[in-house]
Amino acid sequence: MRLGSGTFAACCVVIEVLGVALFLRGFFPTPVRSSARTEHQAEPPAPEPSAGASSNWTKLPPPLFRKVVIMLIDGLRDDFVFGSKGVKFMPYTTYLVEKGASHSFVAEAKLPTVTMPRIKALMTGSLPGFIDVVRNLNSPALLEDNVITQAKAAGKRIIFYGDETWVKLFPRHFVEYDGTTSFFVSDYTEVDDNVTRHLDKVLKRGDWDVLILHYLGLDHIGHVSGPSSPLIGHKLREMDSILMKIHTSLLSEERETLVPNLLVLCGDHGMSETGGHGASSVEELNTALILISSAFERKPGDIRRPKHVQQTDLAATLAIGLGLPIPGNSVGSLLFPTVEGRPVREQLRFLHLNAVQLSKLLQENVPSYTKEPGFEQFKMSERLHGNWIRLYLEENNSEVLFNLGAKVRRQYLDALRTLSLSLSRQVAQYDIYSMLVGTVMVLEVLALLLLSIPQALSSEAELEVPLWSPVFSLLFYLMFLVLSALHVIVCTSTESSCYFCGLSWLTAGGVMALISALLCAVGSALAKMFADGKFLSKNPAHPKARWSELDVLILLGTTGHVLSLGASSFIEEEHQTWYFLINTLCLALCHEIYRNCFLRDDCEPQQCSHVEEGFVSPAPALQDRSIRCNMLEPHRVSKGPTSLDTLRGYEKWMVLASPWVILTCCRLLRSLNQTGVQWAHRPDLGHWLTSSDHKAELSVLAALSLILIFALVQRRCSLTSKVAMALGLLGVYCYRAAIGNVLFPWQRDSKDISKGVIEARFVHVFVLGILFTGTKDLLKSQVIAADFTIKTVGLWEIYSGLVLLAALLFRPHNLPVLVFSLFIQTIMTKFIWKPLRHDAAEITIMHYWFGQAFFYFQGNSNSIATVDVSAGFVGLDTYMEVPAMFLTAFATFAGPVLWASHLVSFLSSETSGSALGHACFCYALICSFPVSAYIILVTSLRYHLFIWSVFSPKLLYEGMHILITAAICAFFTAMDQTNTKS
Amino acid sequence: MDPALFRSSLSVWPSFLLVSAPVLFDYASQRVPRCSHSPWIASQENTMKDTDIKRLLYTHLLCIFSIILSIFIPSFFLENFSILETHLTWLCICSVFVTAVNLLLYLVVKPNASSKRSSLSYKVTRFLKCCIYFLMSCFFFHVIFVLYGAPLIELVLETFLFAVILSTFTTVPCLCLLGPNIKAWLRVFSRNGVTSIWENSLQITTISSFIGTWLGAFPIPLDWERPWQMAIERKYKMCRSLYVCTRHGASHCPQVWPISCTLGATFGYVAGLVISPLWIYWNRKQLTYKNH
Repeated sequence: MRLGSGTFAACCVVIEVLGVALFLRGFFPTPVRSSARTEHQAEPPAPEPSAGASSNWTKLPPPLFRKVVIMLIDGLRDDFVFGSKGVKFMPYTTYLVEKGASHSFVAEAKLPTVTMPRIKALMTGSLPGFIDVVRNLNSPALLEDNVITQAKAAGKRIIFYGDETWVKLFPRHFVEYDGTTSFFVSDYTEVDDNVTRHLDKVLKRGDWDVLILHYLGLDHIGHVSGPSSPLIGHKLREMDSILMKIHTSLLSEERETLVPNLLVLCGDHGMSETGGHGASSVEELNTALILISSAFERKPGDIRRPKHVQQTDLAATLAIGLGLPIPGNSVGSLLFPTVEGRPVREQLRFLHLNAVQLSKLLQENVPSYTKEPGFEQFKMSERLHGNWIRLYLEENNSEVLFNLGAKVRRQYLDALRTLSLSLSRQVAQYDIYSMLVGTVMVLEVLALLLLSIPQALSSEAELEVPLWSPVFSLLFYLMFLVLSALHVIVCTSTESSCYFCGLSWLTAGGVMALISALLCAVGSALAKMFADGKFLSKNPAHPKARWSELDVLILLGTTGHVLSLGASSFIEEEHQTWYFLINTLCLALCHEIYRNCFLRDDCEPQQCSHVEEGFVSPAPALQDRSIRCNMLEPHRVSKGPTSLDTLRGYEKWMVLASPWVILTCCRLLRSLNQTGVQWAHRPDLGHWLTSSDHKAELSVLAALSLILIFALVQRRCSLTSKVAMALGLLGVYCYRAAIGNVLFPWQRDSKDISKGVIEARFVHVFVLGILFTGTKDLLKSQVIAADFTIKTVGLWEIYSGLVLLAALLFRPHNLPVLVFSLFIQTIMTKFIWKPLRHDAAEITIMHYWFGQAFFYFQGNSNSIATVDVSAGFVGLDTYMEVPAMFLTAFATFAGPVLWASHLVSFLSSETSGSALGHACFCYALICSFPVSAYIILVTSLRYHLFIWSVFSPKLLYEGMHILITAAICAFFTAMDQTNTKS
Repeated sequence: MDPALFRSSLSVWPSFLLVSAPVLFDYASQRVPRCSHSPWIASQENTMKDTDIKRLLYTHLLCIFSIILSIFIPSFFLENFSILETHLTWLCICSVFVTAVNLLLYLVVKPNASSKRSSLSYKVTRFLKCCIYFLMSCFFFHVIFVLYGAPLIELVLETFLFAVILSTFTTVPCLCLLGPNIKAWLRVFSRNGVTSIWENSLQITTISSFIGTWLGAFPIPLDWERPWQMAIERKYKMCRSLYVCTRHGASHCPQVWPISCTLGATFGYVAGLVISPLWIYWNRKQLTYKNH
């Protein structure tokens, strides 16, 4: 089947989107969540089950402890306390663990072993997924049900000292706090002194219920010098003395009040042998967890081994200890030893509460929950529990009651363990199988694209896609069978849940068929290339094209950018890469222009003299060279005469100046929005303009920008769309004035601020109108097929409609970005691309680079926080998901989209024939290259320390980018089709 | 090596050409490998080239030596001198050293040997012109660095010294070899424009200095604790990056801006100096230059 290269590329990108989506689904498993939000305070706690007789105990049980102190030591690995280091450096803690009134556990953390998600896990009992971060965009606060929020709601007074992350997660929760930043890794004394200095004062006071201390020093030492460093010993000794101080103070207080207090010593994650964390080695996963309270009496000789438990169990335990409802999303089970000292009725009540909460969570997340063994166990133990209550209320104090109680307890503990296990299996694992399938799809498509470069970029821009032969080939069926068998084996053997296995068999089979078909296509393309290569090598006459500096730069830049994605700093500062690349591109263009301008006059005679002097010169090799030179030159020479030489004086000067003008524009834009991480705090023009003191300047700038936009866009529009554009831009200003961003000159006082819905809708109407006119023109050009200009005008109108929409959605201080984008496009078109006659591939890649740079000029970055969510509410009364998402996506990716649509309109107006197909192919290739490389990088870096903070947001951006690329390629193909038909 | 010998060999060159021209034409038209046909001429030419290449190598080694000296000599006279911590001083010294060595070599070796007139006024104007060109190139580079994103108002001295050192590596050799003659520059830096080994090596060193500078910008976004990037003084162990420094108002943090780029430029220059004789030696069979 013959396909145009544009169509082929569009198909490839669509398949790639599917692959990326599958990969993302595997990479970000959806977490287990209860549908009830935090505000469900009205829901009463589950009453005590009772068979027949009515129990009067429906309220939550009272708190077990008066005060709770949580001492969290960052990176406290289990062997720092229970191992030889603990014995050596933490004598007091060791004494407590071995002989004191305490229970010690080895708490296993889940991935990623990084502080923030671990704090969430400790306090909510759930297993946080990255997708949460995306869901509550822009809000670092923890919105889930958690112990801290519950405690605050119950009127407990909470004090916090330590890592700043807590303050961000729980804003307005603490009556008193002092956050220390964990930024200075090389500082390990100051961070802890900042916490300890408050301790003496706070311990003397009695006006708090919960005290949380988060010590960072140990983790910092680990990062700097590893777990075997002598510094660790000092730090552990310091921690031990602090623990002793807190414990003695709590004990002395207990003597007065006679109510037990609880002291929790725990770590958030462990520490690998090299001192880092984030991955899944045993050392990183196992943390120490010690609960100390005088309520946990023990007789001498009672040796308690640290049991292995889950980190999430702490939340449920704390909730019960403080007399709070268990957080709704908690997947942990109560640490039973903590309630062992209580009467049997209370014990059973606590277990029941926990089991009810877990089974509710199971009901909401697993459709076939009745078949789960944990649920059955729970139902049975609940029934037994009812019987026990009846006996108890009948005041039957016999042996039977005791035995039954013990049996119920055992049943409950089993049920809890099973429930907790089946819930935590749902999440916290990378779904490697889905990721693999997605990656394979993406890579195959990339290979196909790469292999078809020579064919697709040939002059006819068509390629033979072996679509039918693989379907009937033996290889295809073999592959299909093998893959299906593999699928069955993998899906039946894995323990953790897997998205791809959850799909229906038909869909999975379809995907497998697609993968094997792609594989066959790649194979046949390879075979064909080898055959061609042999043919070519027999044909020495085939000239080997030499690459110009620009091509080398483009190739190196693309490769360099892709490679840079492996480093977290380069991802954070990706805008620097793009600014650097487009600057270099401009200089390369400058070089090319100057060479063409100044050396053309000399070059020609020189070349002739080369040939003439060939006999004089001592080297025959020169002849060879000049011949080659001549062979190369034709395409330049043939371009030459029409290009720079014909330009008049003024235009020639403009051509010479244009790269410098563009460079200056880029420099100005760069100072408009500082993005990234390292330099984001620097003062920039954007902040200066948006501050309320400079409203007048902002208004002038916005008005000027809108006028300039009109001036730059209108020249190629039809009359109706010119008028619509003018009115629309006026509407944009009115909208900004209505929501109070800018001022009208006649109104000095700021009047009441509205949402500006009417103004925004007014602009929306014009946007739709212009887009409609453009589409109509395109259709007309297809029907009439005579007038080429109609099509050009139509494309330009669509482009200008998008510009108007962008002008509406951009914040007013970003309007200059739009102006400069239009300005640079105009200059490039007029003075660079037309005179220098670059080919379609080069122009496409330049457009792509500029599009990427403008993505960052807008103020975007690779972190989720810079997405301007307010763009989604322009012109909408209430939150509507689909339009809001569309508007936000467009506003975020406006730079690349506008440059791509400019590319379409430029190519279809300036060139003819295969240019659009080439451009589409190049665009697809250059967009899919980083995505595919990044997917592999992220898979290999999935245990990196920054996987959540740096790599995952970038992955989401890449996914969105490839989706938008697919849309752009579809648009390209549509234009290409109309082109070929006309 | 004796410069007189070099000059005499140069004067031999045109006459040699005249003698050999008919023979060469003969070869060219017959397209026969030269060496097999007439070993005498070939060996003669090869020795010419070999002496030239040797000379080139020595001058380049001298340049490299001057850079190494600029690292070690100042530490005898200045206290606390080190490349990273007193970077700007080093930049000045290095630039002076390299310029001096280039001028010296120019005066001693005179590779182009094309001074037709030698009146004093001509020499003075030429020298002044060279100075102006040098200054202009410094400003030009400064503008380019600002366009690449160097701060416009702050750190002007740092950026300018960076421009000076890059000019030293690129413009000064050009001025020495080609003189203040833009046309010649353009010729040398266009494809197939070189006319001698010296110009060829000039091309290579200049381009490799530029590439080195360009690559030198890459470590800037990285936030490792590396001395070439941060120039951390040990006592300020808390300064992890510029970000921290400014955020916490610690103005005492050392300035890092041009370090990686200047080091990149220096490495590029040195690499160019090493590579160009080797490359020319390697390709001496293929390289032929049009004589003026």
